[in-house]
Amino acid sequence: MMSGFNLYKYSSPATFYALAGRLIPWFYGAAALLGAAGLYVSFFLAPTDFQQSEAYRIIFIHVPAAWMSMFIYIVMAGWAALGLAFNTRLSFMMASALAPTGAMLTFVSLWTGALWGKPTWGAWWVWDARLTSELILFFLYLGFMALQAAIDDPRRADRAGALIALVGVVNVPIIYFSVKWWNTLHQGASVSLTKAPSMAAVMLAGMLVMALAVWMYAIAAALSRVRCIILERERNSQWVAQMLEAEE
Amino acid sequence: MNAISALLRRELTLAMRRRGDVLTVLFFFVIVASLFPLGVGPEPKLLRLMGGGVVWVAALLAAMLSLGRLFAADYADGTLEQLILTPTPPVAWITGKILAHWLVSGVPLILMAPVLGIQFGLSGAELAVLMSSLLLGTPVLSLIGAIGAALTLGLRGGGVLVSLLVLPLYIPVLIFGAGAVDGAISGLGSEAHLSLLGGILILAFMLTPWAVAAALRISIE
Repeated sequence: MMSGFNLYKYSSPATFYALAGRLIPWFYGAAALLGAAGLYVSFFLAPTDFQQSEAYRIIFIHVPAAWMSMFIYIVMAGWAALGLAFNTRLSFMMASALAPTGAMLTFVSLWTGALWGKPTWGAWWVWDARLTSELILFFLYLGFMALQAAIDDPRRADRAGALIALVGVVNVPIIYFSVKWWNTLHQGASVSLTKAPSMAAVMLAGMLVMALAVWMYAIAAALSRVRCIILERERNSQWVAQMLEAEE
Repeated sequence: MNAISALLRRELTLAMRRRGDVLTVLFFFVIVASLFPLGVGPEPKLLRLMGGGVVWVAALLAAMLSLGRLFAADYADGTLEQLILTPTPPVAWITGKILAHWLVSGVPLILMAPVLGIQFGLSGAELAVLMSSLLLGTPVLSLIGAIGAALTLGLRGGGVLVSLLVLPLYIPVLIFGAGAVDGAISGLGSEAHLSLLGGILILAFMLTPWAVAAALRISIE
């Protein structure tokens, strides 16, 4: 057996609850610091784009949100797979804790994309492959959350949600390519995001720092939410009763 | 194999005894497709361009509507539990059930589609493409839909929930199915779309029965 530090210890909700409580301030702190630095870079240091003028600055929110929305879905499916494989309750709780943050970021990226599209393309919405697949990703998040909300038995809700997350993650590449080909076959792409002019190093740096900030925020938010889920599920257990007594 | 054919026979007999269910889905398909010309106007050129897509969207909705029948009755009277307890591997009888569901709800749509296609002004060759795309695509709808039907067994508002779960997953089938008809109309050819639909069908046929088996186990236990 491993002596001293044992990672498996934290697969128990009781110990993870305490660990998450200690980690959350650090992640929120990192999110705040990186966010402040990133916003400073993006609004004060990054130069004005000569084609899109100031409107382009929305990418500093838009691109990190879009990246994280996709990344979180994969992480969520990973937790779901872990839960189904090893039957660990905490993995399912992490998957359901990540879903609302992922859905929120998907919505943010769609919303900011519309705000950017109006001045740049002259339209709030175009049926571009990326926009459409991001919209479908939003639907997948909603389906996951709706399924879990409809099931009262937590064990069934966990497993059903995990299965639909896995089915979704298998389908995401198929959906992405079908939408991409649909778009190129229907009409010549009137706007292309892929042929972006080479980006100034400062802009890229701002975007990366913002992406890190969003990442840290997502971890902190998921940990806070998982703590609530743990308390709710374990409300009848002894350690919760002891903890509440100690706090009083 | 024996189990599949026995289950297939049982399902088909049950469907024949309750013909109303089958016809309801078929008429739903016809009505939805007929609503579009009333909504967008009778311009023949526009309708011809839209035809393939409209028939496909109507097929998607009709297939989704029929999903409730797949497991619900057997779940309610306990047959499903008995089926799970049999030594036959679940994947076998689930494949049989899905096949029966497709024969009862998918095949009538394929046979009805040319009538709707004519209403939208599609020509003979285009109707043939529409039918072949439906022939390849509707089994996928039954296969993927079975996952949603199994996961939502016995839940409140199961019908609406199934649509939320399943419709996003139907999108590739819709794109390639309607794309095949589009290709035939514009003269670009529809082989690529039909091949992709066939590929999706093979993939779905291989993978979904396992997912349905897992979903049923989750819902029953």
